[in-house]
Amino acid sequence: MTIRTEPMTVNVGPQHPSTHGVFRVRITFDGEDIVEVEPVLGYLHRGSEKLAEERNYVQVVTLTDRLDYTSSMINNQAYCLAVEQLLGIEPPPRGKYLRTLAAELQRIASHLIAVGFFVQELGAFGTPLMYTFRSRERILDLFEMLCGARVTVSYMRPGGVFADTPADFWPALEQFLEDFEGELEEIENLLLSNEILMVRTRGVSPLPADVAINCSVSGPVLRASGVNWDWRKMAPYDAYDQVEFDIPVGQNGDNYDRFWVRMQEVRQSLRIVRQCVAQIEPGPVRQELPLVLRAAPGAEAYGRVEASKGELGFFLVSDGGVSPYRCKIRSPSLINLTITEHLLLGWKLADMIVSLGSVDINMGEVDR
Amino acid sequence: MRCVSNAEGMLSADGVLGGNPLFYFIYNAVAHIAPCWLSYLISGLVIMLILINAVLLGAAVVSWGERRLLGRFQNRVGPNRWGPFGAFQPIADLAKLITKEDIVPYGADKLAFTAVPIIMVAAVLLGTAVLPFAKDVALVDLNVGVLFVLAVSSLTSIAIFTAGWASNNRYALFGAGRAVAVLLSYEVPVVLSLLGVVMVAGSMSLGDIVAAQAVPFFLVQPLAFFVFIAGMSAELNRTPFDVAEAESEIIAGYHTEYSGIKFALIQAAEFGGVLVVSGLIATLFLAGWAGPAADWLGWLWFLIKVFIGIFLFVWIRSTYPRLRLDQIMAVCWKFLMPLSIINLVAVVLEVFFLRDANGSLSTADLWIMAGINIVLAGGSILFFGRFIKEKVRTEAPTAAATNQVVPGVSTIGMR
Amino acid sequence: MVKGLAVTLSNLMRKPFTTSYPEQRIRQHPRFRGEEFTWYEERCTGCASCAKYCPLGIIKIVTSPSETAPLQGDKYRLETFDIELQRCMFCGLCVEACPYDALFMGSGFEEGQYKRTDLVITIDRLRQAEKNPSTWFRPQLEGMDYRPGEGRPLGWREVGRENWRWHQHEKAGMRLAAGRDDSEGEA
Ligand code: SF4
Ligand code: SF4
Repeated sequence: MTIRTEPMTVNVGPQHPSTHGVFRVRITFDGEDIVEVEPVLGYLHRGSEKLAEERNYVQVVTLTDRLDYTSSMINNQAYCLAVEQLLGIEPPPRGKYLRTLAAELQRIASHLIAVGFFVQELGAFGTPLMYTFRSRERILDLFEMLCGARVTVSYMRPGGVFADTPADFWPALEQFLEDFEGELEEIENLLLSNEILMVRTRGVSPLPADVAINCSVSGPVLRASGVNWDWRKMAPYDAYDQVEFDIPVGQNGDNYDRFWVRMQEVRQSLRIVRQCVAQIEPGPVRQELPLVLRAAPGAEAYGRVEASKGELGFFLVSDGGVSPYRCKIRSPSLINLTITEHLLLGWKLADMIVSLGSVDINMGEVDR
Repeated sequence: MRCVSNAEGMLSADGVLGGNPLFYFIYNAVAHIAPCWLSYLISGLVIMLILINAVLLGAAVVSWGERRLLGRFQNRVGPNRWGPFGAFQPIADLAKLITKEDIVPYGADKLAFTAVPIIMVAAVLLGTAVLPFAKDVALVDLNVGVLFVLAVSSLTSIAIFTAGWASNNRYALFGAGRAVAVLLSYEVPVVLSLLGVVMVAGSMSLGDIVAAQAVPFFLVQPLAFFVFIAGMSAELNRTPFDVAEAESEIIAGYHTEYSGIKFALIQAAEFGGVLVVSGLIATLFLAGWAGPAADWLGWLWFLIKVFIGIFLFVWIRSTYPRLRLDQIMAVCWKFLMPLSIINLVAVVLEVFFLRDANGSLSTADLWIMAGINIVLAGGSILFFGRFIKEKVRTEAPTAAATNQVVPGVSTIGMR
Repeated sequence: MVKGLAVTLSNLMRKPFTTSYPEQRIRQHPRFRGEEFTWYEERCTGCASCAKYCPLGIIKIVTSPSETAPLQGDKYRLETFDIELQRCMFCGLCVEACPYDALFMGSGFEEGQYKRTDLVITIDRLRQAEKNPSTWFRPQLEGMDYRPGEGRPLGWREVGRENWRWHQHEKAGMRLAAGRDDSEGEA
């Protein structure tokens, strides 16, 4: 006897507990297997690009905070780089180092979130998440010292950072670096050797390197597939040409590799932070600029950074006014989402959430 | 009116509720003013009321304890707002849930939908009926106690399936399908593991099993202990086997659509389930109420052992991620099944060779069994663990990893 | 797997990392950009730089010609200084823009209200509020080692980057009102 079965279409999201915000994907299941995937975007659209055309060059910095709210420092950095290119200015060295340092701290924080939620989606009841948030909280404390805010930092300005560090920042940073070593070890002990995690993620949703490149995926997802592409190495910006670090590269591009690459990048970021602390020298942090900036008419610039999710780029066009004529944001999360089908088709319901989690999207950035 | 000594048979206090001193006390007190059948009924109801409230209160305490413990495991505080150490938190939760609107979703089968929480709570309550809390203190000491508990706990799977079907929600349906698959398969190793216990104890009555544990059975049959805990965490839908209500995947599984008092009941049933299962573990493997000092302290030992069980569950929950459904099945059939069969065979052989003329085992025999079985358990868990690691894994990585590495950039590869 | 169990167990023994908010508070950094503003009327010239620089345009300033001393250069008197707190994102750009050090980020953050209209900070509330400015973008306060909320509130004479007498010169009307303020001591 054959049992007649029917495929079942389920709306996962936008209020699903683990779709990273308001991501919605319509999935057709055959039993527990995924046979059809259709992502639906746009629930968090705020028109950031259009808003940027209404703000002057400095005011846009506050908008970039809200793109990928888990890595606002890096967003600031990308935008400031674009404006600096547009205006042909160069921040002073201390400003560059401070930016690098802040961006790397933010990368650690962002990867901690990614890893924590990834394991949460695997079904761990909050423990890894709590441990990673514990460390992230310390980083946010550091940000509060730097710029008075924890998430929406608005720390950087075209031409440097808004102000120098307060005196108590450096001891606090040292203390954090010291403690974080142990906390990271704890997280690694809990996760990296966990058999259940291995069994759930090894070999699941692999992404071959050629597919990854064809989908113009970037960031840890690309590196997990075995491509050592990192803008910090390829086109160093700020102080990245002064520091040494390695690029972790995965083998199969499966969920475990993506997770592993992130864990390793946290270590590398820690290395960069240490070097920044050792190399930084006193001096001005911000180039003196008028309050309202103006670029030459017709000028164009593309500033890109290796954000925690991938390549983040701001393309700015000026018409000579006080605000950009056009601001196009190349957000890594959106473009990394193009591999959704490759990742999900043929896998199970339980793998779906995990695979999405391993791509580490952030809806603030996807919908902008 | 002295009813106790009358020879009516059926309604006499020597019947089912026979050995219960509390029952006698109430029965005798009421029997002075009421006819025998009424006093029988009244005293039974009173005891049931006490038991039900105790279990529900216990469930509340478990929920509080679990949240508190989880909090500490996660470096948090846990509920601490209401009452000392937040101990009244379950009451606050209950008050909140009762005042919530009781929603029956559109298209749901109302009768089935409503019946589910009741069945679930009933199943848990029934399970407590045979638990010996202290020496001779059980509602009934059924001679088929183990069987009864297993039968009653299977009721839950019916309730869960009904919930999933009646909710008219696809996530609930997913949850129900998963739950039934898991519950049905895990029943098998659990029963097989309990068979060993029953065999050594020579009785299915929980009271006798406790009495037989001169050496606690978790030493005598570590394999059965392991399988039972694993199987029971699957039946209770707890990590790493909590696919049926996998929060990150299918929202809340079968109780996605439940709200208000029904949700409260389901939660109560869940935490009550933890309580009952911990009680079972204590009874079957940790020698129940037996302990040093006087017999009347039995309830204390029992409570301590129940707490150990709960702690174990919470600890596991706080540490591990969840397995996938097919992997859970693989663990069940390829790992727990062989283990429980090995345990069964070993116990059969040991009992056959070690028992004395009238078929009972001495303490020395039990220690010998413990020695053999612990070695056996370690060996077979390691052996099958290796086996399962290979089997549970999904297909080999298919990504023809044509590594496109840009030369001249310092990278670190995996391992 | 056993490693993981050990990790969680060791954390069970540890002190909780969290702080239970209403009773315990995290000591916030003086730079913290709180959800309120500190504004010194004595320093404010009504130039509206802040209103212009706010990305959201939520500061509303209405000035009128001052009657006190128009000839001495005190041209404007402030009538309205509303900050629509419900839309504010506490970016601090207004503070950055203020050339006279009249506007500061505040250090408090418990600004919840039951009505949206209550969230608009009016000039009266700004006048009456206790002045615990954040040191955000105000290096002179950082140099003073000032911690908002832990000492006394700061008066208008103490917060500027220049000597307050300079400012008195800048805002001419201050001279007329000075007699009232002189008894309060000087920075
Ligand atoms: S903090 Fe930012 S949003 Fe708020 S009033 Fe000032 S400039 Fe406007
Ligand atoms: S607060 Fe500052 S910027 Fe705003 S009107 Fe007053 S002086 Fe001008």
